[in-house]
Amino acid sequence: MSRRYNLPIEELRFHAQALRSLKLIDYGEPPSFKGVELTELGMFITNLTTEDEPILAGDLVQTKTGVKPLGQLLKDIRKKVLQMVAEAGSGHLGASMSIVDILAILYFMKMKHDPSNPDWTERDRLILSKGHAAPALYAVLSEAGYFPEEELATLRELDSRLHGHPDTITPGVDVNTGSLGQGLSVAVGMALAAKMDKASYRIYVVLGDGELNEGQVWEAAMTAAHHGLDNIVVIVDRNQYQLTGTTEHVMTMEPVSEKWRAFGWNVMNISGHDVYAVLDALEVCEHTKGRPHVIVAKTTKGKGVSFMEGNRFSRSVPNASQLQQALEELERD
Amino acid sequence: MQFKAQVEYFGRALVEKGATDPDLVVLDADVSVSTKTGFFREAYPDRFIQVGISEQDLVGVASGLAVSGKTPVAAAFAIFIVGRAWEQVFNTVARQNLNVKIVGTHSGLSPSADGGSHQSIADIAAVRVIPYISVVVPADAPAAGCLTGEMIDRRGPVYLRLSRGATPTVYPDDVELRIGRAETIAEGSDVAVIAAGNMVHVALQAAESLRGDGVEAKVVDMHTVKPLDRSAVIESAKETGAVVTVEEHSVLGGLGGAVSEILSENYPTPLRRVGIMDRFGMSSRNYQRLLERYGLTPEAVAEAAKQVLEAKKK
Ligand SMILES: Cc1ncc(C[n+]2csc(CCOP(=O)(O)OP(=O)(O)O)c2C)c(N)n1
Repeated sequence: MSRRYNLPIEELRFHAQALRSLKLIDYGEPPSFKGVELTELGMFITNLTTEDEPILAGDLVQTKTGVKPLGQLLKDIRKKVLQMVAEAGSGHLGASMSIVDILAILYFMKMKHDPSNPDWTERDRLILSKGHAAPALYAVLSEAGYFPEEELATLRELDSRLHGHPDTITPGVDVNTGSLGQGLSVAVGMALAAKMDKASYRIYVVLGDGELNEGQVWEAAMTAAHHGLDNIVVIVDRNQYQLTGTTEHVMTMEPVSEKWRAFGWNVMNISGHDVYAVLDALEVCEHTKGRPHVIVAKTTKGKGVSFMEGNRFSRSVPNASQLQQALEELERD
Repeated sequence: MQFKAQVEYFGRALVEKGATDPDLVVLDADVSVSTKTGFFREAYPDRFIQVGISEQDLVGVASGLAVSGKTPVAAAFAIFIVGRAWEQVFNTVARQNLNVKIVGTHSGLSPSADGGSHQSIADIAAVRVIPYISVVVPADAPAAGCLTGEMIDRRGPVYLRLSRGATPTVYPDDVELRIGRAETIAEGSDVAVIAAGNMVHVALQAAESLRGDGVEAKVVDMHTVKPLDRSAVIESAKETGAVVTVEEHSVLGGLGGAVSEILSENYPTPLRRVGIMDRFGMSSRNYQRLLERYGLTPEAVAEAAKQVLEAKKK
């Protein structure tokens, strides 16, 4: 079911195909009509909505400390990310803030997993291929109950279980990352193993849009499509920045969706801060067989704190007063 | 003691060289803010090439520029440029003896907070086994500036290995060093400490503490690990009869390996290697504490010196 329209995904898909055959809508980037991204699965309707819908503050999710409204959970995670990076004195803040919503939706509303049994064989897996966003993953894992919240304050410290980049020493982390471009290949191997074992779990992979520069991503994209790995779901964090500038300034990546489509993937374009859109897109992935899935999620680097949005806090660390200001802003909204 | 950053001196040396060498071209894989090749981009935007986060492509494009008569300098983090593009360096750059300069910054444990994924502890070994290519590991920032110029003036492939942040200086800003010629920076006849990179400074501190214990240590800055200054190694062994190597790198295959190879065949001498004991790196907010954890300290070097002195007596 589509969470936004309260309609079956199959029905949306039917409408999308009809509109496309009438040439009323076309492939492209959201959110403008005619030039709207049309996926084969009806995601266009999501794209017609405003880009940054307010979070569904009311939706309740289960965390280790009890039931929380989703909006509150997202705020809490963002605050923790800020505090962790400020405490550590280094870390990729902007890159972490841009994927908070996506990770939280996956871990609290989508993935099958059990924080009390991180090795549960039937669990869905997640590879944070853009490993420099580790603070977001750690905050989410701790909120889910994989390890005590106090450990967050030890980020990047000697002997901490929370390394600068994801490491399997952290409960809940399945694959080491940090060197960009390698996560999708590993996911392909895991997806092939799942098929061999006739297991039904999925492998979610979060890629950076700058990370798409790496050739290995496209090698793996070919392999995944060749083997029809419909148990892989890639989410591209399309925040339009990489280390030294905007993605289009550093390396032209557009048309991103067409690239994936040409490689044989099931492609969807959504806003990565729109909870309904993310949930709908994830559900579409479950209904489409025979091809791997990619959700190109438009996001804002540094999302959640006005003066951090864009590339300014890409790698810089907030000082005490900036931290205070940021925490207050998150509390206010 | 002053702290200066190798990458800053490297970045400035490129700009200086660019003024007189119109063929000098600098390539980046989306890390120029960190490698400081951004200085060159500011000065000569037309000779700065951005390839995005794609280290294999970086080395390949540099190769094409070299084939066409340019002098390309390709700089990125050591772990990624040497690691991911190793075979491009082997097959495309080195086998054709192309005039490509590979620069790996953030080497050793220097990206301390980033953790093991970013710490390059085997790059000297990995590059040293490739024919033709030189391996240069400056001791400090002034040496990095000087050896950047040397690297550009030398025809053929070179790997220059740099640290991330500010490190203690050993040399004055106007130091003159030659690729392939070791520099003796302290004289002594009891034991020879042969060091590279940041560890030259640590070796000097160790020599000082050894002097307090009545041991005279010779300290050699072996900034060129390949081609190794064989005569400097053999002479040091002959003069002292006891050798310690020190590097911010695995004890396998790096400077310690190179010195052991030469001495075991030419002048077997009691030897200890100080370096990373076949382990991966890890995160630490503080770089110095990480060096201590891995035993890359003056105390560890002095201890190794005492061990070789014992071995020499036997
Ligand atoms: C192989 C590799 N090369 C370079 C880096 C250094 N690096 C870390 S983050 C980053 C930029 C990543 O951009 P993007 O994928 O768009 O993620 P964002 O930070 O924008 O979320 C780079 C180049 C790396 N970690 N791995």
